[in-house]
Amino acid sequence: MGIDSLIGGTIWDEYSQKVTDLMNNPKNMGEITEEQAKEMGTKLIVADFGAESCGDAVRLYWAVDPKTDVIKESKFKSFGCGTAIASSDTMAELCKGKTVQEAVKITNIDVEKAMRDTPDVPSVPPQKMHCSVMAYDVIKKAASQYMNVDMESFEEEIIVCECARVSLSTLKEVIRLNDLTTVEQITDYTKAGAFCKSCIRPGGHEEKDIYLVDLLAEYEKEKLAQVATLGNDGATIEFAKMTIVQKLKAVDKVIDDNIRQMLVMDGGDMEVLDIKENGVNIDIYIRYLGACNGCASADTGTLFAIENILKEKLDQNIRVLPI
Amino acid sequence: MRVYLDNNATTIVDPHVFEEMEPFFVQKYGNPNSLHAFAGETHPYIKTAMEKIYAGIQADRKDSVVITSCATESNNWVLKSIYFEYILTGKKNHIIVSEVEHPSIIATAKFIESQGCKVTYLPINSEGLIEAQSVRDAITDKTALVSVMWANNETGAIFPVQEIGEICKEHDVLFHSDAVQAIGKLPVWVQTFNVDYLTFSAHKFHGPKGVGALYIKQGRELIPLLHGGSQMGGLRSGTLNVAGIVGMGKAMEQAVDALDFEMSDIREMRDEFEDALLEIPDTFVVTPRNRRTPNTILISFRGIEGESMLWDLNQAGIGASTGSACASEDLEANSVMEAIGADEDLAHTAIRFSLSRYTTQEELDYTLEVVKKAVNRLREISSSYAYAPEGHESGLTTGH
Repeated sequence: MGIDSLIGGTIWDEYSQKVTDLMNNPKNMGEITEEQAKEMGTKLIVADFGAESCGDAVRLYWAVDPKTDVIKESKFKSFGCGTAIASSDTMAELCKGKTVQEAVKITNIDVEKAMRDTPDVPSVPPQKMHCSVMAYDVIKKAASQYMNVDMESFEEEIIVCECARVSLSTLKEVIRLNDLTTVEQITDYTKAGAFCKSCIRPGGHEEKDIYLVDLLAEYEKEKLAQVATLGNDGATIEFAKMTIVQKLKAVDKVIDDNIRQMLVMDGGDMEVLDIKENGVNIDIYIRYLGACNGCASADTGTLFAIENILKEKLDQNIRVLPI
Repeated sequence: MRVYLDNNATTIVDPHVFEEMEPFFVQKYGNPNSLHAFAGETHPYIKTAMEKIYAGIQADRKDSVVITSCATESNNWVLKSIYFEYILTGKKNHIIVSEVEHPSIIATAKFIESQGCKVTYLPINSEGLIEAQSVRDAITDKTALVSVMWANNETGAIFPVQEIGEICKEHDVLFHSDAVQAIGKLPVWVQTFNVDYLTFSAHKFHGPKGVGALYIKQGRELIPLLHGGSQMGGLRSGTLNVAGIVGMGKAMEQAVDALDFEMSDIREMRDEFEDALLEIPDTFVVTPRNRRTPNTILISFRGIEGESMLWDLNQAGIGASTGSACASEDLEANSVMEAIGADEDLAHTAIRFSLSRYTTQEELDYTLEVVKKAVNRLREISSSYAYAPEGHESGLTTGH
């Protein structure tokens, strides 16, 4: 939260002058007909993206020179808000004079930056960023029609946050390297989730295949699994099959992550003395320290809690024996 | 020229209302609950204002009209108290609301639903209206409350509160109505309409923002939402908003005085304006005029996204809305248009014009000209009417 989030502003106040001007007088708004394309000696491409029922739709017209693949003329028609119209206009402008192969490289971020008045002030407010994504998508659609290939073939990686164009591989890497646990942290590191917020969790403006909360949950799961993969080869080893050193490490990790804090809050602590196999049972010998020593629940409630956590995280056959 | 046609969102404070409020900031600023003359001198004004508020909805002296901070508070209060009193205790397990209630009802209903209450969301029909029969069908012997608004904020559709009130009485179910859009536009007489609870808010009828009310019929109980210093008979604690109460009293008096004007003159202006708008090709209005509040038009211009229409209107100094004021921030489709579900392509094209007794003919004439120009310009840009070569299959529209 914070002051900026408490009183919402008018989204229009955050438009750059360029966005305002383009909304009032779009330069490349219009059509290219078959006849006009023929006169220029070009091939007409008409690509649609979005849908009126979803609130945003754009039709892009390209007149492409078939010998050089250069886009000679580029026009658009758009059903949408001011940002959609201004970014469609900018996108059409950026396409002109480029080859189709070059145009495919234009991203929604290029479009947004081209609409800025000053280099470091965004041209549209965060919740409007997704409107420029449509401008990017329609280029790929047009190019796929011209080159007669699948639209997805232009996408080299899976993009989770389309507004900031952050890929799945980048997100996974950043989460792991920095041990991130919250969406806010991901946004701070990558800008993913900072704009239309659809990629954070289901229920946003647009439906997604992958959400940031999924990635966090996945990483959390991985971390738990790691407890059991402390072997040198890195493969998953069942707790029961670990060497004694691995077992001690795994038990220590569970205690550090899940138990110690609870004891320390009450002025106590514990240490693991030994682990012994006893038939099917795995007996973990511990010693209470500080206030735990002699505490009434050290042999009842606290003990059961410790045992249950270790059972759940590592192995159902664990028994915890205080000495 | 600046033209304000967003009176369902909020209204100008009537200068007479403002004048009556003014002394309570710098001169008569005492806390009415204190024991000295600074407090005492506010009492007659509060009393007079309360009398006017009671008279405005024809409340009985034994009923309680509790002053709150806004309609959102009043709506939260009813639903949450019903939850504490009936649902949490296991006496009942169910409430009924319409699917097009204000967010302060819908979001609160969703919240108590998350706490284990069953909620029925009554659908609207293709004309944006609620059928009273649907309430009867949804009531069970475990239903604690029915909450249906008097009139809808987006379409102006008037809901059958009289019939719903009777059905609720018959089944011994409590009935709440959010009458925020009805005060000053329709007769809201609580005795004849059989409501147990009624919400309203001053700023929708030329009073100040920050003051609302909840009518509670005598004999009905409601656990307080705000506990504290026992103001308002302990039902709603918090230092009395003296200026606000005085303002609401005056605004209520004027709203009731102007009711005939609203129901005849404003309605006539609205109807003429609407006729002229409907002359523009491909425009649609959903709810029949005689089933709407006299000041409201929700109209769709095919092929023009609502926000871009608001943009062009705003450039010409005209304030209107895409339906709910919330739409300006959360950017979602108009919920009523979605609920009607007739034509998906129109879901994002609705514009609401809402008039008030301050609206002039000159303003409407000017607005009409601006709308016509905007429609031409934006349809020129729109992909809906765009050229496509032969054989091109459009994926943009569902077809019309």
